[in-house]
Amino acid sequence: MSFISAQNLTLGYDKTVVTENLNFKVEKGDYLCIVGENGSGKSTLMKTMLGLQTAIDGQILFGDGLMKNEIGYLPQQTIVQRDFPASVYEIVLSGCQSHMGLRPFYTEKERALASKNMERMDIYDLKNKCYRELSGGQQQRVLLARALCATTKVLLLDEPVSGLDPKVTHEMYELIKDLNDSGVTIIMVSHDISAAVKYASHILHIGKALFFGTKEEYVASKVGKFFLNMEGGELV
Amino acid sequence: MIEKLIEYFQYPFVVYAFIVGTLIALSSSLLGVTLVLKRYSFIGDGLSHVAFGAMAVASVLKFTNQTVLVLPVTIICAVFLLRSGNNAKIKGDAAIAMISVGALAFGYLIMNKFSTSANLSGDVCSTLFGSMSILTLTMTEVVICVILSVIVVALFIFMYNKIFAVTFDEDFAKATGVKADTYNFIIAIMIAVIIVLSMNLVGSLLISALVIFPALSAMSILKNFRSVTIFSAVSSVICALAGMLISILAGTPVGSTIVAVDVFVFVVAFFIGKGTGGKA
Repeated sequence: MSFISAQNLTLGYDKTVVTENLNFKVEKGDYLCIVGENGSGKSTLMKTMLGLQTAIDGQILFGDGLMKNEIGYLPQQTIVQRDFPASVYEIVLSGCQSHMGLRPFYTEKERALASKNMERMDIYDLKNKCYRELSGGQQQRVLLARALCATTKVLLLDEPVSGLDPKVTHEMYELIKDLNDSGVTIIMVSHDISAAVKYASHILHIGKALFFGTKEEYVASKVGKFFLNMEGGELV
Repeated sequence: MIEKLIEYFQYPFVVYAFIVGTLIALSSSLLGVTLVLKRYSFIGDGLSHVAFGAMAVASVLKFTNQTVLVLPVTIICAVFLLRSGNNAKIKGDAAIAMISVGALAFGYLIMNKFSTSANLSGDVCSTLFGSMSILTLTMTEVVICVILSVIVVALFIFMYNKIFAVTFDEDFAKATGVKADTYNFIIAIMIAVIIVLSMNLVGSLLISALVIFPALSAMSILKNFRSVTIFSAVSSVICALAGMLISILAGTPVGSTIVAVDVFVFVVAFFIGKGTGGKA
């Protein structure tokens, strides 16, 4: 069975249907990119996968040893976070909450896990820095380290490069690729079709045109060709 | 001056006032950081008006212990306000404003129409501004206050890491299996308890100040959550003590004096923060 499989999924909010008849699968080790125009339901799909909202119809099944709350999540910045007084270490450590249950305090094991993930994301020297004073790229690394504390099975990334400059964007994509190579399954929501085609193993295109398949199939498909020719692959 | 203080401290009600004042300052500052960051700065104001309304009803119905009615009503409103924040038709700030103004109006209406007291405006004034009610505490009230604030502080310490996770990123916490809704619920109850407690000290109008100022002072100079929390607790207690001392010596109203000291500390912290490059 696959890690995640969606069957005849209908998504939306307040009974307004945004997308219908979604079918796709995510296998262990995949790198799935979800692309589509604004308003096509990318965020809604993501929230549904995370269990933050329910699907109107159809279902999402988890299998192959993946539990529902074992999906790490890299959210877009919220207003709350922009002036939150917290150190990098405090934020990364908070990712460990997922396996704490009712236990109130962190143990040595969790502190070690946080340190390990900060090293992995190359932010260990920023440990005591204040989150709001970091650059956009550094902040994303902090949130990635936090997500890795929660799980190393699946990471769901919501527009991880939005607002980053080209150099940092490139570094971010390489970092995500490294994670994927080391066995972390990646699901990424993105506007950037050219990067999606470069890095992903599978593409899910939602919106007016629906497509799900491997990257090679996508490039050869009608939908893929159309969007890749449009504005160099940037969906606006 | 010192003789005057020694003289005052021989009265048990002054000692009671200091015990209660310190505890309330401590518990109200703890959740301040969370409330300010979640954009709920005004929840203190809204809930205290609810408590005012409930108090008016309780006094008209001649309840001997008003807390029996005031506390549950305030808790219900707190839970409602914090829940509706996420995906309600009426957004957080509007909901708070609505409840706050509505409860205030109803409270005053009921007091005005049914009150048997001869000095109505005096009653209203002391409920709103706290005035001297902290100097008329009974032993039972002091004990209730001590028990409730110990519970609030203990809960806060045990939930500290969860509160951090839920405040910083509720969606992430939920997605990775943290019971965010449960913790928000407990936070709402704690806030309601704190507000009903603080009404004795500063009255309903000044409660927001007690919740917000220590948090804002701490946030302008410090840069991680733990030190912000500790600083706001310590500064809140010190401001409350200083405010009470000044009010005894200068004969000023207790609640307003404490808030004035809080404002002073905030202004100092703000400029220190600017000077050291912290975010103001």
